[in-house]
Amino acid sequence: MKYPAGTLIRNTRPARVNHWITATCFVLLMVSGLSMFHPMLFWLSGLFGGGQWARAVHPWIGIVLFVSYAGLIVQFWRDNFWNRDDIAWMASILRVVENDEENVPEVGRFNAGQKFVFWSMALLVPVLLVTGLLIWEAYFGDATPIETQRTAALIHSLAAAAAIMIWIIHVYAAIWVRGSVRAMTRGYVTPGWAWRHHRKWFRQLVTTDSPGPRPRG
Amino acid sequence: MGDLQSQDYIRISASTGTPPSARNHEAEVAKLIDVTRCIGCKACQAACMEWNNLRGDVGQFEGTYDNPLDLDPHTWTLMRFTEYENPKGDLEWLIRKDGCMHCEDPGCLKACPAPGAIVQYANGIVDFISENCIGCGYCVKGCPFNIPRVSQVDRKSYKCTLCSDRVAVGLEPACVKACPTGAIMFGAKTDMRAWAGERVEDLKSRGFENAGLYDPPGVGGTHVMYVLHHADTPSIYAGLPDNPHISVLVDAWKGFLKPLAVAGIVFTAVAGFLHWVVTGSNEVEEEDNQRAADFIENHSGAAK
Repeated sequence: MKYPAGTLIRNTRPARVNHWITATCFVLLMVSGLSMFHPMLFWLSGLFGGGQWARAVHPWIGIVLFVSYAGLIVQFWRDNFWNRDDIAWMASILRVVENDEENVPEVGRFNAGQKFVFWSMALLVPVLLVTGLLIWEAYFGDATPIETQRTAALIHSLAAAAAIMIWIIHVYAAIWVRGSVRAMTRGYVTPGWAWRHHRKWFRQLVTTDSPGPRPRG
Repeated sequence: MGDLQSQDYIRISASTGTPPSARNHEAEVAKLIDVTRCIGCKACQAACMEWNNLRGDVGQFEGTYDNPLDLDPHTWTLMRFTEYENPKGDLEWLIRKDGCMHCEDPGCLKACPAPGAIVQYANGIVDFISENCIGCGYCVKGCPFNIPRVSQVDRKSYKCTLCSDRVAVGLEPACVKACPTGAIMFGAKTDMRAWAGERVEDLKSRGFENAGLYDPPGVGGTHVMYVLHHADTPSIYAGLPDNPHISVLVDAWKGFLKPLAVAGIVFTAVAGFLHWVVTGSNEVEEEDNQRAADFIENHSGAAK
């Protein structure tokens, strides 16, 4: 696929494929997990062919997501380092939510909100994997004492609820900031988009003659 | 057990609806296991296998009378033998028939995520409705007595049904019928408590000053009770919990976390929607495009 002339590459092809594998796994895990979490949501297990199927496939999808998210960490960690710009951006968060970006400090490829989503998931996904393995009855039901499994189940639920809330913020932000969804489906953004939302990143790309997503040199 | 509904449910796992409760004139039942009269013959174990059509694999001799060594999907009741040396230095051979205690407040049912996989009948019996079981093993985590066992073959959880099928048609549980010494009694819970009182009195008169009834209040009482010669230390009977209760971890997981997590998720989604309604989307404006174009013209890497 070719990117339209004059646009900037926001996410490379491998990054996009990686992202959507993760996204698919996350949605499937959320739906099957919620079906086993709250009685009023048990009907969601029907989407998997019933409760037994939801219970059986959930851990396997979790393993795929863990591997896939590890791929995202490899691809995105460099641009997600916390720096001084992020503190300034956080201080102007009210202007951000008011769409008044002109008076918000310039940010690089990712703003503090995006970095928060990235690092939160980088923490929660391994927590969910480890606690999930401990309560995987089919393979690890006898591996640890019951008290350990009780703790794991509680932490797994807490972490999952947190991950779902962060996921909602992530999805909403993508819908809210127009042009972001296309950046992850087709991979590119317009110069105007980059200027408005990630001006520092835009300046770096332009001054180094880079097509994106990272400046040259 | 199958879902025949010959008895009224008072609790249904993973269900927010109200169970039918009009036919409320039903006596609570209880099985009373008088440990002091048990001779360890395992007739109850055999009767359980016989009635419930359970045949486990033949295992190995492990140097103990416990056979098999633990409860499993084919072993819903198990004699556990303990050689206990009392403070006087005498040996006491303690034999306890282990199995589901049929708690008034069942931890398994509380933890179960599958609607109708665990039910409690009006008579107090806690039953697993296997066709609804999804094999997650949450009941194992919920149980304060470590009773349910998930089958590696069919991924269903199993435990003693208190012969709910027999009780429903006015019969006593198979183990009760088979016991040759009258160590296992069955009837209305009030009657069983009264009978236990007589037994405890008799035991005390014969020097077992700590004899007592095991009907632990931490789980709201149980529908399987023990008469113990040493009711002050239940744990000497092969680890019978001294003060069983649903773990606080399970309480948190299945108690406040469920509504709290759902509320948090709904709140986040509603907050997003409200933001959309109030502020609207953040769209690139013509000015952004113009200024970006200007910047490219003046600063592109080659030009600089």
